[in-house]
Amino acid sequence: MTPTDIASQAADLAHEAAILAQNAAGMAALAAQHAPPAAPFVYLFSIFVLAIFVGYYVVWNVTPALHSPLMAVTNAISSVIIVGAMLAAGLHGSAVAHVFGFLAVVLVSVNIFGGFVVTNRMLSMFRKKQ
Amino acid sequence: MNESYTAFAYLIAAVLFILALRGLSHPTTSRRGNQMGIAGMAIAIVATFAHGGMSFGGVLIIVLGVAIGGTIGTIAALRIKMTALPQLVAAFHSLVGLAAVFVAASALNAPQSFGIGAPHHIHLESLIEMSLGLAIGAITFTGSLIAFAKLQALMSGTPIMFKGQHPLNLGLGVLIILLIILFVASGGSFVLFALIALTSLLLGLLLIIPIGGADMPVVVSMLNSYSGWAASGIGFTIGNLALIVTGALVGSSGAILSYIMCKGMNRSIINVIAGGFGATGEAAVSGPTGDKGVKIGSAADAAFIMKNASKVIVVPGYGMAVSQAQHALREMADTLKKDGVEVKYAIHPVAGRMPGHMNVLLAEANVPYDDVFELEEINNEFSTADVVYVIGANDVTNPAAKTDPQSPIYGMPILDVEKARTVLFVKRSMASGYSGVDNELFFRPNTMMLFGDAKKMTEEIVQGLAD
Repeated sequence: MTPTDIASQAADLAHEAAILAQNAAGMAALAAQHAPPAAPFVYLFSIFVLAIFVGYYVVWNVTPALHSPLMAVTNAISSVIIVGAMLAAGLHGSAVAHVFGFLAVVLVSVNIFGGFVVTNRMLSMFRKKQ
Repeated sequence: MNESYTAFAYLIAAVLFILALRGLSHPTTSRRGNQMGIAGMAIAIVATFAHGGMSFGGVLIIVLGVAIGGTIGTIAALRIKMTALPQLVAAFHSLVGLAAVFVAASALNAPQSFGIGAPHHIHLESLIEMSLGLAIGAITFTGSLIAFAKLQALMSGTPIMFKGQHPLNLGLGVLIILLIILFVASGGSFVLFALIALTSLLLGLLLIIPIGGADMPVVVSMLNSYSGWAASGIGFTIGNLALIVTGALVGSSGAILSYIMCKGMNRSIINVIAGGFGATGEAAVSGPTGDKGVKIGSAADAAFIMKNASKVIVVPGYGMAVSQAQHALREMADTLKKDGVEVKYAIHPVAGRMPGHMNVLLAEANVPYDDVFELEEINNEFSTADVVYVIGANDVTNPAAKTDPQSPIYGMPILDVEKARTVLFVKRSMASGYSGVDNELFFRPNTMMLFGDAKKMTEEIVQGLAD
């Protein structure tokens, strides 16, 4: 094998490698497109599990006399789902998403305002012995 | 706004929500807690407005939606009578459920808005989370509607039972799981999405119809929990921290309340969900009941006995709420206190139609919260009480829960009212309570029945005390 042959063989291999590299890059880009959202599921799930424990310990400390306000206030804060509704209604998504988003905003707004107002009404009635 | 700033704002909102619940550990800190909740919500909303790509028109649409919903919610919350609080809360739960369905639908239709892929190319994970949020949301929606209808007496509180009910529900549950698997495998088919929604709506309805009116405190708590899990499901779908944390808080809160309510009745959650309690056939009580004598008294008799007492414990129940007797009751307590009589209130965990309902009604009538005691706190004191005034409660005072293993309410923790020197029992008739069980307390020698409307009877006693 002459040095020229070796050189041409090396050139071929290099070319092949370049093509493969390009393919790999293409695949990587494709994979990136279909990759899971920025925060991996495990990460979000950990927060979820920890929040359940926080909820567990905090709620056991709630005095039974205030269980009705507790329910009204948890109902109001679960309406933080409005975040999703707002994204649907406010971003350039689709007409369908806008309609559903708007409806959801209206529904949870009833909840947010109603929940906090009724809780406030209840709590303002609780008074100590004079 | 920079994405990490937004995430930080959501974190602050979540922390404020935790502090809001923390504030409810005592009446003195509770109003502060509510304000923290409001602050958290405001921060979450403002942070979302600051999200890049929000168009001016979009902002307008959102503001319009908030204005419409906010007005309706505020008016409803200001007008609602405190006796009707449980149905208001049930109605609110249904809204969260429906909103979760709508948000899931938007996410399917415009995934790019939530950063979960492109139409027809939604991330696998997001599809799973979306369908779970959808299913739980839909179940919460129809379940809460039925709870609302039962509480509002739009439909009868008697359990609706039919053959094969439980296998049917189980089948629907399995069907939902299958549909979710198919939906995810299909990459987000709209038809399957709609099928999941419909099946879940049906299941929500069927789950609640067999549960009787008296078990509504458990149902309302359970749906409270569901609405939280639905919010978490949506939170996972759109990768939002505030939603995930809040959903988890609400979910566990509702679950704890359901547990407390079940414990208050000595029943398992499965037993409650299976339903049918107090429907039929449970009225069969061992022991003779028919011929025993009942001592009947008048308001004047009651006033006389109370005047000569040094300690009176009031046991209110749902009947007090129905006849709106709480104000008359407080007047009675005030008159007695002026005469130097010690007056306390004893509340059973399942009194009323939602957890803590009685406390709110008494607070509304200006009863100071330090006069109101929970079962464990006051149960030892009944033996030192001269008079117990039972108004609108029944099953929660029934000694059969302690003595009669045959009784359907056997094992339920009850208020030991029979230990008091005299028990005054206000009732409209001799009818049994929700459990359908006769109360042997009526026939005890130290019990005096006061037949009549709770409010009218209490007002007459107040008059008798003044004479």
